[in-house]
This record gives sequence, C-alpha cells and structure tokens, in this order.
Amino acid sequence: MNFEYQVTGDDFSLAGRASSDIKKKLKQLGIPSCTIKRTAISMYEAEINMVIHADGGSISINIDDDIISIVLKDTGPGIPDLALAMQEGYTTASEAARELGFGAGMGLMNIKRNSDNLTIDSIVGQGTTVTILLKIGE
Amino acid sequence: MEDHYFHSVTLDASLCKGCTVCIKGCPTEAIRVQKGRAWIIPERCIDCGECIRTCPSGAKKAISDPISLLEQFDYCVAIPAPTLYGQFRASVSCNRILTALKSLGFDDVYEVAAAAEILSHETRDFLIQNKGKGTFISSSCPVIVRLVESRFPSLLDQLVPMISPMELSARIVKEREKDRPGKVGVFFISPCAAKVTDVKNPRGITHSSVDGVIGIKDIYKELKLAVSQVEEEEPLNKASALGISWARTDGEGAAVNSENHISVDGIDHVIDVLENLENGHIRDVDFVELMSCPGGCVGGPLAVENPYVARSIVSIREGRHREEESLSYAESFHPPKGVDLLWTEQLESRATHLLDPDYKTAIKMMEEIEIIRKGLPGLDCGSCGAPSCRALAEDIVLGKTSETDCVFKLREKIRDLTREMIQLESRMPPGLDR
Ligand code: SF4
Ligand code: SF4
Repeated sequence: MNFEYQVTGDDFSLAGRASSDIKKKLKQLGIPSCTIKRTAISMYEAEINMVIHADGGSISINIDDDIISIVLKDTGPGIPDLALAMQEGYTTASEAARELGFGAGMGLMNIKRNSDNLTIDSIVGQGTTVTILLKIGE
Repeated sequence: MEDHYFHSVTLDASLCKGCTVCIKGCPTEAIRVQKGRAWIIPERCIDCGECIRTCPSGAKKAISDPISLLEQFDYCVAIPAPTLYGQFRASVSCNRILTALKSLGFDDVYEVAAAAEILSHETRDFLIQNKGKGTFISSSCPVIVRLVESRFPSLLDQLVPMISPMELSARIVKEREKDRPGKVGVFFISPCAAKVTDVKNPRGITHSSVDGVIGIKDIYKELKLAVSQVEEEEPLNKASALGISWARTDGEGAAVNSENHISVDGIDHVIDVLENLENGHIRDVDFVELMSCPGGCVGGPLAVENPYVARSIVSIREGRHREEESLSYAESFHPPKGVDLLWTEQLESRATHLLDPDYKTAIKMMEEIEIIRKGLPGLDCGSCGAPSCRALAEDIVLGKTSETDCVFKLREKIRDLTREMIQLESRMPPGLDR
C-alpha cells in the first residue's frame, strides 16, 4: 500500500512529521521493531535533508509483503558530487542549519548504514530523487 | 500474575457527563465516549493520569489502597515517596513529617529517597559500564516503561534494567525484617497512580514486594493534623538531598551524575523525546530521565500541593540538607546484602495499536482505514467520541463502531434519505400519473 506526504522546506518545526506518521503506521501493521527503527532513522534523516537542502518536496512510501520503499523527490539544487556527498562526515548544510544541530555530517551515510539499498539520482539545478529500500524483518 | 489489565485509573460513570474533553489528551488514544459516557480501552491505558487532570467533572479517579489495609499485617512500615516532603511548608522538618506519618499506624518508616540514592549510584555505574551502547532511558517512572512497551518497543533495550526506588525500599525493608515473627507489610505513600498498577502488575520483575499503595491525598487530612500534633520529632530522616531531589524533574538525572543527560517531564514532551530517540535524532546523550507528570512526581495525580510550589519546597529542602553534612548518606550507597536491583524479566513489546496479527489482513485493514478516513471531514472534532477522524476510521474497520457516529456523515445520510423521500413523495400512483 502507498502513502504520500508533502514536505515543506525550511520549516524545521514541521520536519519529521512524515517519518512519525509512517512509524505509527508500521507499528499498526506489526512490522518488527528493528525494521521500524531502521526505517525511522533513514526516513527522518532523508526528510530533514530535504528540508535543509532542497526546500521540501514529496515523499512516497510503498509497503508491500517484504519491502518498504521510500522515494523522496525534490526540485532543489541537486548534488554536484555524489561520491563526495556519500563520504562520512561530509555536509553541505548551511551554517544556520548546522547550528540547529541538523545535518551535522551524518546524512546520507547514516541512511546507507540503516537501509538495505540506497540510490540517489541527482541533476544539478533540477533536483534529487532518493530511493531507500528496507527489507521487512531484518 | 494478577489481572493483566488492572488499572489504577478508572472512570466513575455516575460523574461522567460524556463531554469528550478527556479523549483528546490521552497519549495512547485509550478513551472513547459512547452512549454519553467515557470508557477506557484497558489494553491501551498506561495509567498516566492525564485524564484525571483534564476531566472537568472529576469522573476519572485513581484507585489506591485504604489505610485500613494495615490491619491485615502485624508489623507495618511506611515507605514515603520523596514527593511527600513537597506537600508541607519548607519550615516543617522532614523528621516532623515522618514522625507524623508513623503515628498514623505504622511501626516504622523507611524513605524511598534513601533507596533512590542507592539507585543513583548503581545507575551511574551502569552507565559507565555501558558507555557507547546508545542512550539509556530511566525506568523509574512506570508510565514511561508502559509507554515504551506499547508505542516505542524498538527502544525496550535502552531502558535501564533496574527496579524502581519504591521497589528497592520495599525489598530493603523486607530483608531487614525477615526474621521478625508475624506478617510484615510495606506501604508506599504515593503521589503516583501508576505505581498502584505497578505493584499489582509489575514490569521487569515477577512480583512486587510492596503490600499496598496509599495515595498522599487520601491520608493528607489526617497527616496534616498529625504533623501539627507532633511532640517529639524522631530522627527518622536518613536520606540526603540527592535522594530527596528525585521528587522533581532532573533530580534523578543530576543524581546519576552523567554529564550528558537530559531530563524531560510532561507526557507530550516525553513522547516527543522518544520519537526523536527512535529517529536517531538524539545522539551524544547517555541518559534520559523521563517523567510522565508535569514537574516530575511532585505533579503526580495523587499529590495534593501545586506541583510548582511542591517543587520549590523540595528544592529548599535539598539546599538545607546539603548544608547539614552530618546527615548520613543512605546505606553508604550500596544495597544491603541479599537485595537485588536488577530486573529478572525481559520486557515485551505490547503492540496495543496492532490492527491484526496477520500482516496481510493488517494491510487490508489499513487500506480500508485510509479510504474511510479520506471520506471523513478531517476536523478531529471529537463529537463521535473518538479522539480523531483517523481513530474513528480505525474503530470502524475494527468493527467497534459505524460511520454514522460522525455527525457530518450522519447529516449526509439524513440529507440523502430526505432527498429520496421527497422524490418518492412526488411520484403519483401510476393510475393518476399523466
Ligand atoms: S490514564 Fe492516561 S493512558 Fe489511561 S486513559 Fe487516562 S489519559 Fe489515557
Ligand atoms: S512522574 Fe512520578 S508520579 Fe508521575 S507517573 Fe511517573 S513516577 Fe508516577
């Protein structure tokens, strides 16, 4: 089954709403705790990233028999150097965002660590699509 | 085990007006109003007492034990929560309060604050030993333990696996008095409704050593009188500032002496922190003290004094105790021989919001819920008796109620029906219709 969320940019007070809502749904479906935690961490990180870097966007989540897939689409600035962005500790968060404690260089690596598959399609000037796959039960 | 669904927090149906105020504030969506009165879904309630605080008619109550329970024992020991010290003006000494308490029919008094000191030190050692294993959550507030079980089971491993100060006090007393002939009874003097539940149906241990829980508010009148009548104060107060501080927010957090701790009170804030912990957003924090009540246990539903006044009194007492260094620290911070502090039982996830144990069925139900929810007005007005349109949609799919509980849906139905009736009314018998 599918769920869609719109994320508004630059509003940190609302960031994380979609992740919380999905978490609640996964719990209602009886998805194992470990999967919920990995989903929560990956999706929250991606959602926050979207707020910080891309002025929001949309999130589509599909839950089926054994896979949760999360697709986050934004029309933000794009990532110029993906390989660099994937390095531990790298961040392009603005100073203001970092002072808030968000995006302090955990971002994509953290998603990668907690998910089973992470793909990023990004075109500079057009936007980024992040796809996160999580196997249920592992 | 006693009744699985025993709850201290209950509803007095004769006082309930069915106003729906309580349904909004319940953190686990455990309350529904139907047929003009509220009822609590037992498997969801965590005994936080929020509904007691919000009910304008005083219909939500916490059941505790009557003081007459003492008659069933040969030797009775009161174990007062440190919160008791916040219920009397700071000029009244702790010894005076304890002497008065004892005069209500107890043979001895042992302060829960003293056990809290032991636990502070043990928790500190535990945190040092487990450094780097993530953020640990205090398990001293029973509401939090139940909340984690039902809403945040992925965090169960992060709860500090130690018994509460109340439980430790009871164990210490029972160990001390083990050779005494006759029946020894230990009674917690409580600001907390959830502790009543925790004694009947504990978590982490198989059974509680506490024999009864008496609400502070239930003995307050007699106690106040007794306090004014104390002739000679007995030196009963052994606990120091460290233990007394557990009555208020950040008492425990500061006492465990972890550099990176946060202390949070109020159930909404607590839920927010647990969400953040689950999302991995809270890092670099070793320990979180989470208290369900505003201000900590001073805000407990069975306390009498305003929580902020009580907190200030507790702080004054702490300051005074700190100055009087002669006070002996409880048990030298070590539990007496024969007293164990650790949990022996594994905590389980209690997925109280699970739609169905079968995943495929649950998915189907969730699809139906989404369809129904989209058809509801989305006002979350509560007049259907459920806390939100989504909760109503869930109740409908779970077969507990029907869509016409929604006043808007009902009106739609009536309008449709009226239209149909008008149409029917305008039709003439075929013989006359020309
Ligand atoms: S005690 Fe708390 S959890 Fe139980 S019904 Fe009242 S508000 Fe809900
Ligand atoms: S904060 Fe204290 S009084 Fe309130 S529920 Fe928790 S333990 Fe009980």
